[in-house]
Amino acid sequence: MTVTRPNRLNRRGPVDPETNPMVISINHSEAPLLAAALGPLISAIRALSRWCANHAVLAVIFALLGGFGAHAAAQTPPDKFIEAVSNKALDRIKKDPTIQSGDTERVLRFVDEEIMPHVNFERMTALAVGRAWRQATAAQQRELIEQFRLLLVRTYSGALAQAVDKSIRLRPLRGDPKAAEVLVRSELVGSRGDPIQIDYRLERVGEAWKIYDVNVLGIWIVQTYRDQFGQEVSARGVDGLIAGLKDRNAKAASGAKR
Amino acid sequence: MIRRRFAPCLIAWAMGTAAVAQARPVSDPLEPLNRSVFAFNDALDRGVLEPVAQGYVRWVHPGVRQLAGNVFANFAEPWTGVNNLLQGKPVEALGDFARFAINTFLCFGGLGDLAADLGLPRHSEDLGQTLGVWGVPAGPYLVLPLLGPSSARDAVGTLGGIAADPVRQIHSEGDRTAVSILRVVDTRASLLPLDRLIEGAALDRYTFVRNAYLQRRNNLVYDGDPPEPPEPAGPRGSGD
Repeated sequence: MTVTRPNRLNRRGPVDPETNPMVISINHSEAPLLAAALGPLISAIRALSRWCANHAVLAVIFALLGGFGAHAAAQTPPDKFIEAVSNKALDRIKKDPTIQSGDTERVLRFVDEEIMPHVNFERMTALAVGRAWRQATAAQQRELIEQFRLLLVRTYSGALAQAVDKSIRLRPLRGDPKAAEVLVRSELVGSRGDPIQIDYRLERVGEAWKIYDVNVLGIWIVQTYRDQFGQEVSARGVDGLIAGLKDRNAKAASGAKR
Repeated sequence: MIRRRFAPCLIAWAMGTAAVAQARPVSDPLEPLNRSVFAFNDALDRGVLEPVAQGYVRWVHPGVRQLAGNVFANFAEPWTGVNNLLQGKPVEALGDFARFAINTFLCFGGLGDLAADLGLPRHSEDLGQTLGVWGVPAGPYLVLPLLGPSSARDAVGTLGGIAADPVRQIHSEGDRTAVSILRVVDTRASLLPLDRLIEGAALDRYTFVRNAYLQRRNNLVYDGDPPEPPEPAGPRGSGD
């Protein structure tokens, strides 16, 4: 602490003894007097800082509680949340040509870092699988989640390039933004072409929002896969569905190399 | 005239809201027949139309394709306007007619879209949507030979659209055929990216297309704002 203080003064410019009372007061003849006066104060500060260090955990907890409290008071409205996530993702797409070219590895990483933290993908998969989800074992569920994720990322990775010159525009929020589940409507607008409608279904998770369904041009992902998954499950069972998804992904992977 | 049409429209619309919302479960009693027509269309597409469209994209300059697409879109404007009027949206209809006038006379028959720059957005309306707004339910899903995915309601709409097609006004039969073919190729070419998407995304292409088509049409009937969005039913993460 004692080291950083002069630095901070220096950063503001050269110290002028005429105008800076602190510098004037530290004078050779007055130093012992000053030390005597400040001595108890300094030792008190030292004791306090030692106490703080010992109770650092406590301090951290208080700080976190304070932070949470402030957060709960002003939770991000669902549409602003979507706007922020979209803008961040669009920015990154614009800056990264490898994402635009549809490089699967990079797109997967991009999706994992920018999109997936905001998606309840388990719920999305469960909704798409429908009734059979409950009959599936935990291992089968994990497999379904992973294969469905791959399928969607591979499918839509090619479309990311088209987002380069686009920006997001929120449509008016319908319904109660304080509800546990909210529909957020938006569109991607660019200099050319008609706006592309994109809507999200969000659920409230503690203080955050998670996406659990998306529609493009009015076509919901969950709804679109529901019939196909149901069809596959009733014909070949849950394992059949997993095999079908794996097969699709393998074909897409070999097609991408072509 | 507008007002006389307006009132029944609104009543029909109010009734239709309930009808369409109830027509949620996919209705496909003709599935076996539809699937064979789907396979037929698919074979024809892969054999003829898709390669032609790919050639069109490869050999024709994007700028030229853009111009052709603009002209065909301009052809559709008056019909869009008529349908907006029938749906009780006179302001939008006026916009469509203004678009047609501006782009036809100031952009050489619709080569450009000056109207969009002037703040008149393009709408997408057709008779199938108008019937939907009036409360006619989509009815059973249909796959039409050559024309592809449709529904009972949209098939009627398509017939109306063909009857009102301005290309029919072209006198010389040769020109008419040429323009029609070029338009089909242009439309098919614009769908090529979608093709790749469906190829990669679908476990069963028939079911995928059916589901996407019906959702898309319902969305269009309500201009991107369906009253009761098809909510994936059931508690969190447990499906049905």
